[in-house]
Formats: sequence, structure tokens, C-alpha cells
Amino acid sequence: MTTPTEFDVNLLELSGIAKRFGGLSALSDISLHIRRGEIYGLIGPNGAGKTTLFNILTGLYQADSGRFTFNNTEYSGRCKPHVLAQAGIARTFQNIRLFANMTALENVMVGRHLRTSSGIWDALTRNAKARAEEHAIVQHARALLTYVGIDRPHQTLAKNLPYGEQRRLEIARALATDPKLLALDEPAAGMNATETENLKELLLSIRASGITVLLIEHDVKFILGLCDRVAVLNYGKKIAEDVPEKIRCDPAVITAYLGTEPIIPAQAGIQS
Amino acid sequence: MRNVLKHLSSKNRRSAWLTFVVFAIVLLALPFFTDALFGRGWVRIVDFALLYIMLALGLNIVVGYAGLLDLGYIAFFAVGAYCYALLGSPQLGLHLPFWIVLPLGALLACIFGVLLGAPTLRLRGDYLAIVTLGFGEIIRIFLNNLNAPINITNGPQGISMIDPIRVGEFSLGNTHELFGLTFPSVHLHYYLFLFFTLLVIFISLRLEDSRIGRAWMAIREDEVAAKAMGINTRNIKLLAFAMGATFGGLAGGLFAGFQGFVSPESFSLTESITVLCMVVLGGMGNINGVLLGGILLVVLPEALRHGSGPAQQLLFGKTFIDPESLRMLLFGLALITVMLWRPAGLWPSNQRRRELVTKNDSAHL
Repeated sequence: MTTPTEFDVNLLELSGIAKRFGGLSALSDISLHIRRGEIYGLIGPNGAGKTTLFNILTGLYQADSGRFTFNNTEYSGRCKPHVLAQAGIARTFQNIRLFANMTALENVMVGRHLRTSSGIWDALTRNAKARAEEHAIVQHARALLTYVGIDRPHQTLAKNLPYGEQRRLEIARALATDPKLLALDEPAAGMNATETENLKELLLSIRASGITVLLIEHDVKFILGLCDRVAVLNYGKKIAEDVPEKIRCDPAVITAYLGTEPIIPAQAGIQS
Repeated sequence: MRNVLKHLSSKNRRSAWLTFVVFAIVLLALPFFTDALFGRGWVRIVDFALLYIMLALGLNIVVGYAGLLDLGYIAFFAVGAYCYALLGSPQLGLHLPFWIVLPLGALLACIFGVLLGAPTLRLRGDYLAIVTLGFGEIIRIFLNNLNAPINITNGPQGISMIDPIRVGEFSLGNTHELFGLTFPSVHLHYYLFLFFTLLVIFISLRLEDSRIGRAWMAIREDEVAAKAMGINTRNIKLLAFAMGATFGGLAGGLFAGFQGFVSPESFSLTESITVLCMVVLGGMGNINGVLLGGILLVVLPEALRHGSGPAQQLLFGKTFIDPESLRMLLFGLALITVMLWRPAGLWPSNQRRRELVTKNDSAHL
């Protein structure tokens, strides 16, 4: 067995990523790398640039400068979202963006789009290939809905699902694209303690299945208990990157979240 | 329980067959009934209803499935019609047979669909509507002005004496005796249009329930999410424009062959709006709704035209308002009422029904 090189170990490498919106520097000189099979957390105060970074990773924004390598392929410069999805980056959104008037099953079936190939002619003739593919799509989608724990009828419209299940449905839809990296934008936002606990188990099981997880979260306790490594953004800069135990004691992080005055009770609050 | 279900489903199948047979008979006999009950003019109206239904189904792909608001849709109808008119009339001295001209018109409309789609890919909603509106007007104005310096379209006078749709010696422009029945020209066109309408319905149904159809609906629901899920939104949107335009071009060719005359006047913005009304009023994204919308919007104004005069006579003893102006007033009123009553259309998309059906299914399990 050969020892994996640094190149193989890292699934995603960013170096010197910068993004400006007019006069506002949303991200500057962001460099980080995510190893295969880890759960990587991205935290930071509101407006720190976390979602901007997500949008660059998924091709919704283009970085102004910097290198972006995923799975040994460089994706710097202009890159379309569907190309990155094809490469294996799938995401969820901070404010849920499901296909509201489609059923839960159809939402996940859309996720299979880029791993299937039936075109107009197959749809019109409904030939053996199209039928087999359609059957496989439905089976796969059903399995994923069960996997993320949606036991409601699969024909429920996405907009009629309860909030927690909408979040799970987004994860199922993202998983349907066979991602190598699953990027979750605040998956636990608005969830109660039980739902958060279930989500944690789901994420651990996703990681166990070989998918690398990148997650933005505000719930510090959640992220510190789950992630292998954490990066902290503030004002578009990476101020720390380390294992959770070190991050929670990092003076720069504490300053970013709580201000410059060291306030002991609040600091204890973070650690709890 | 299982036996009951089995019995039910076989009964359902039988009733489905029965419905199908009844529908087929009604559709086949429709021109004769209409002719006998209301007169030949109404068969012509039914023919036009079928053309409009084809248009509405085409627009439904763009607006209903993919959610791209297109206000210039009639331009594709014009492209198909003028393609037929130019290649099958004394205008250019060409008399190509309709099985060449009709597909050619559809293909040309398809190309125009892509041409319109390409620059509008980044636009959505109101902005897209304005650009498509402009496109529709450009086509109409071109047709209006392409009579100088070289006379191609004959300008506002339009092109007349267009060849009727003809297979060998069998021309749809003449009356024929078949199987002991007399088939006037309008009846023959009815069957031709019915065939194409059913074809368009079939294509729409197949596309709706496919990988492509789901991608269209995903774009309609949330384009950003659709992109992030790996849908190549550029190609899929262009495909929607192309498919919709193809149906429009097909209907246009049939229109030219049926009418024997085309002029830019037939392709005004009002026509685009009428077709859009059919889609919205009937129920966007639902084929049944679009069919209903198409039938209503063709039949209702005609019924009002013929009915409002006698109705005034009956109520007041004389005609107060000219039926011609009254009919559009009543028609507008009917549209407003329907949209207030049923904002999702008369026959909304079948999502809700699908949801109900599956709830029952799971109850059985």
C-alpha cells in the first residue's frame, strides 16, 4: 500500500481566494484545505463571508482571484454551478430553497438529474433505457428519503413538510447528486434540541459513508462537538483554523465573537 | 381487502376504456354535430379552437413548465405561417408540398425560439416579459415592412392564394365524399388539426413526466437551487424555448394552409396575450387546464358575438349596445371574475390532486 500524498489527502484546497462586491471586500486571501472524509466546520459572526465562500465553492459566485482545487482538478476562474455539481460538490441553502410546488420525492429525483442522461427522444418514446433509468431514479430517491428520515408520504409537496423535514429534504436532494463534498449552510438553524441531535447523527452517518462534510453553523456547541477541524472567518479573513478544542480557547476567536474586553462569564458560556 | 382492490382496479380499467371510446366517438363526430346544430361557421370556430389549443400547449411548456414568461409567443406562430405562405404560394412562385413546408416551418420556429432564448437566459419575470414582447413586435414589424426594396412578404397586404394542404390529388381545400359521408373542407381540416393537437398533447404529457420535465419545473420553482443541483439551466431553458416555439411554428403552418391567407395583422400582441390568457386562465402547467382555457377563450367570444344581440332583443326589445363591442366587454369581465375566483386557474396544476391520491394510497397500505 502506498502512502497517500498530501495531494490525495486533500479533497478541497483553496488558496488566496478573494471576492469583492464593489467597495466591500467580502473575502480576502482565504486559504484552507479540507481532507477527505472529515467534517469541516466554518464559523464566524454574521457577515463574516461564510455564505460568500459557499457560493464560490458551488459556482454561484466567481472568485476575483485565488486558486480553487477540488478532487485534484483546478476550478479557478469562471466555473458554472452545474460543472462543480458534476465534479461532486453539493450544497444546501441557509434559507431553505426547495422546489416548493414539487413533491418531496420529485425534489430528490431532480437531484439525480446530473447522474442520468435521458433526453427528449427517450422521454417521448419512453424506451427501455428511459424506463430503466426512471425506475432507478425513483428507487434511489425513495431510499434517500428514508435514509434522511422523512417517513411522511413521499408525495407530500415540499412546501407542506414541517421545517425540520424540509432541512432534511434539502440534504437528501444534495445527496442524490452523489457528492464527494456535501456543503451545508446552517443545517441546524431553527431546530430544537432533539432535531439537532438527530441531524448530528445523520451527518456522522453521511461521513461514515465516505462523503466529506463542510458545514457553516452558528451553534458553536453543535459544531465543536461534531467537527474534526474548524475554520473561523471574521470580516472576510480566516482568523483561525484548528481542531475544535484549540478553537474554543483561541483568543482571536473569542475576540471576534465577544469583543475585545475579556468577559469571564460569557467566555464560560461559549465553552459550555 | 386485496380482492376488493383488484376488483376495483379492473373496474377502473374498464371504465377508463369506456371513457376513452366515448371520447373518441365524440371527437370524431364533433364536426358533424356542430354543423347540424349550429351551422358550418361553428365548425370553422372549432378548427380555430384546435389551433389555439396547440399554441396554448406550446406556450404552456415555456410559461407553465419552465416558468419563463413569454409575451411574444405569437411570433413563432407567425414564423411557421409565413414559412408555409412563402414556400407554398404564388408570392415567390414556389409550391412545395405541405409535408416539406410544415416541418420546415416548425424547424424554423424552433431556431427562432433558440435565437430568442439565447440572449434572454439571464432574465427573469418582468424583464424577460419585456424582451419577449419586443421580439414578438420585431417579427411582426419585419413582416409588415419586408415588401421593399425587394418584395418578400408583400407587406401589410399579406400573402394570399396559399396552397391548400394537399396529399397527392387529395386536397383538404375541397369537399370529398368518403365512406358515403360528405366531408367539407372545414371537416377535413378538423381531423388534421385534431391529429396534431393530440400529438402535441401526447408530447406534452410525456415530457411533463420525465427527467427533462422535472428539470423545467425545478427551474420554475427555484433557478438558483436548480443550478446548484447540477442542472445546466442554459440548455434546459433553451430546450423549453425551442419546444414551445416548434409547436407554435407547427400551428402557424396549419393556420396558413387552412386560411389560405396570412397578413401581419394576425400576429399582433393581442394574439400573444390571448394565448397567454388561455394558459393562465385554464391553469398553468396543467394540460387539462390549458385545453379548457383554449376552448373557453375561443368559444366564449364567439358565443357572446352571436348571443348578445338576440339576448338584448329578448330582454329589452331592442339592441342597445352593438354586440361586437359588448362581447369584448363581457369577455373581459368574465376573465376578471375567473381570476378573482380561481387565481390558480380554472383547472389548476395537478399537484394537489396527486397529493390527495397518494394519501389514499398510503391509507390502503
